[in-house]
Amino acid sequence: MAAVQKTIDTVSALEAYEHGFVTDIETEFAPKGLSEDTVRFISAKKGEPDWMLEWRLEAYRRWIAMDEPDWAKLSYPRIDYQDAFYYAAPKEKDGPKSLDEVDPELLRTYEKLGIPLKEQAFLAGVQGSPKIAVDAVFDSVSVATTFRAELAKSGVIFCPISEALRDHPDLVRKYLATVVPTTDNYFACLNSAVFSDGSFVYIPPGVRCPMELSTYFRINASGTGQFERTLIIADKGSYVSYLEGCTAPMRDENQLHAAVVELVALEDAEIKYSTVQNWYPGDPDTGKGGIYNFVTKRADCRGDRSKVSWTQVETGSAITWKYPSCVLRGEGSQGEFYSIAITNGRQQADTGTKMIHLGKNTRSRIISKGISAGKSTQTYRGLVSAHPKALGARNFTQCDSLLIGKDCAAHTVPYVEARNAHCTFEHEATTTRLSDDQLFYCQSRGLDAEASVALLVNGFVRDVLQQLPMEFAVEAQKLVAVSLEGSVG
Amino acid sequence: MLNISNLHVSVGSKPIIDGLSLAVPAGEVHAVMGPNGAGKSTLSYTLAGRGGYEVTGGSATLNGEDLLTLGPDERAAKGVFLSFQYPLEIPGVPALTFIRTAMNAQRKARGEPEVSAPDFLKRVRAAAANLRMDMDMLKRGLNVGFSGGEKKRMEILQMALLEPRLLILDETDSGLDIDALRIVSEGVNAMRSPDRAMLVITHYQRLLDYIKPDRVHVLAAGRIVASGGPELALELEREGYDKYASSSQSVAAA
Repeated sequence: MAAVQKTIDTVSALEAYEHGFVTDIETEFAPKGLSEDTVRFISAKKGEPDWMLEWRLEAYRRWIAMDEPDWAKLSYPRIDYQDAFYYAAPKEKDGPKSLDEVDPELLRTYEKLGIPLKEQAFLAGVQGSPKIAVDAVFDSVSVATTFRAELAKSGVIFCPISEALRDHPDLVRKYLATVVPTTDNYFACLNSAVFSDGSFVYIPPGVRCPMELSTYFRINASGTGQFERTLIIADKGSYVSYLEGCTAPMRDENQLHAAVVELVALEDAEIKYSTVQNWYPGDPDTGKGGIYNFVTKRADCRGDRSKVSWTQVETGSAITWKYPSCVLRGEGSQGEFYSIAITNGRQQADTGTKMIHLGKNTRSRIISKGISAGKSTQTYRGLVSAHPKALGARNFTQCDSLLIGKDCAAHTVPYVEARNAHCTFEHEATTTRLSDDQLFYCQSRGLDAEASVALLVNGFVRDVLQQLPMEFAVEAQKLVAVSLEGSVG
Repeated sequence: MLNISNLHVSVGSKPIIDGLSLAVPAGEVHAVMGPNGAGKSTLSYTLAGRGGYEVTGGSATLNGEDLLTLGPDERAAKGVFLSFQYPLEIPGVPALTFIRTAMNAQRKARGEPEVSAPDFLKRVRAAAANLRMDMDMLKRGLNVGFSGGEKKRMEILQMALLEPRLLILDETDSGLDIDALRIVSEGVNAMRSPDRAMLVITHYQRLLDYIKPDRVHVLAAGRIVASGGPELALELEREGYDKYASSSQSVAAA
């Protein structure tokens, strides 16, 4: 019917990617391709200790013996790992730099993206928002980290991981790869060999981090992959809320992004990790270009009563392969996963979570909202498992899929493994199509087609949006609307 | 105010409205009654601009302005309001958000400033009190888990707040018990004014005991086959629609 076509057209036309510009800046690359020399080059660039280089080389040797996984419901041509740069960094002058010394071109880039790199500035468009510390990662290096001095007063360490390797080697060594082992999977192993930057966070015992921390990832250089590594440690009884954002220019080529994020929560600690992922999704009509996003994110709720909450808003990337997970090791620990994934055009997403219940009376909660439009495909893939000792484990899972138009697809693949008789797992799943009746109802009240879709979709994802830090909820709400632009008309 | 002239409407190439003419002057309430399948809902959807209802001839104007070329949201901004026979559920969108979004969208289209939050809340409280609605209901997902009667009250609440000029009530009495019917009717009657026109579409005369029409029209086989004063509704109640069946035979299947 006419109205359906209208809906589809509006959602697809809205797909105007506003972060698709390129920053013109002099860039230094590693030699193209991947070899032990590339690994040595990156390690040397970072001035890393010998043990770190050895660790990387070991990862590289293991990686070349591994096969790329093919179990996800994704289809893409084979990636030529030799046809990419593994290190790209804006050329810089010598010496350590303060915020004032950051290349103005970079400052302008982040300003354009709405990310404040000045300590007096707050998030664009949010009046009176609380302070947010930002680590800005541009291609392979961190270019600025704000509010470090203020954070240091509380004992909080927030810095690029390359710097943490130099300044806090013992901390890094103690925790690195203890959540995601080097050989955990193909992409994590690749990351271990070539990761170039990312954020490091340490919250000392009993400290409630005084502000939101965030890292903003930007891929700029052409033909470059981004391999960042983030490590967050919340010591006993501490709390931190952390947000990451990602964008990239529009290009015809596919660029690889393979990150590893490790979270460690000790006794009574809580980590809230939010992601707003808006990598360039590729051309909506031809499917050309876009980021291949292969990410391993895992939290270890190591201490008793610890808690980790993942919230993600996934709107970008041509391919998304991502399962932020929780290992619920501590007694009474809790894991949460709240997800909004939106695919449009030719995007493909295979995403979900794993909740591994190891300790007694551990609890987890999964709320996943998938929205497919255009010719996109989306799969929720989740594992909930309880080991023999995880007596009293509880999980609640809710997976809702919303379809817009007739050319998209949604799949739900839940795996449930209960290896003791004293756990309670609940699973609910729904799939609905955005109805013409609802659309007409909204329109008859004065909303145009685009506003109607945005309202309906925001209603659909409301439970999850409420989990985001307030400062970002507004931004995410807008992003939801923008990602669906053009899916109705 | 509302002028419909020789209107023809098809749904999926099947003619449903077949030469319908009707005029509702400002300040008047007109009832359109008719048997099932006469085209009553088609008429209301066509006036509101729903997709899939193809106008193959004739015109419909509001204060001389052509309605049929406008999108549904544009018609709403011009003052057209349809109270749905089956109001939709909008999960996750509280009624307050929904109505405020709609109100501001209409205001924007008319070049008016947005309603302020305190002003909006004040109006909602007053309107909800008139319809004996609990404010808590307005904070939940719109119409989600509401009874038939609650949904109809929500329609009238929206109507009261959006202050339309042409009010179309499509089978508003269906699903209402006597108490709800009285409250809803009071809400509708409160909106009668010299600069509004109202089209009350109903199968039963019952609603017209509460909302007194100035004129009653009988819709059969896609056109108006009889018009009269309020007494016509009583006659229909007594004698049924059989009398008009002959004229509806040609499109009986509709």
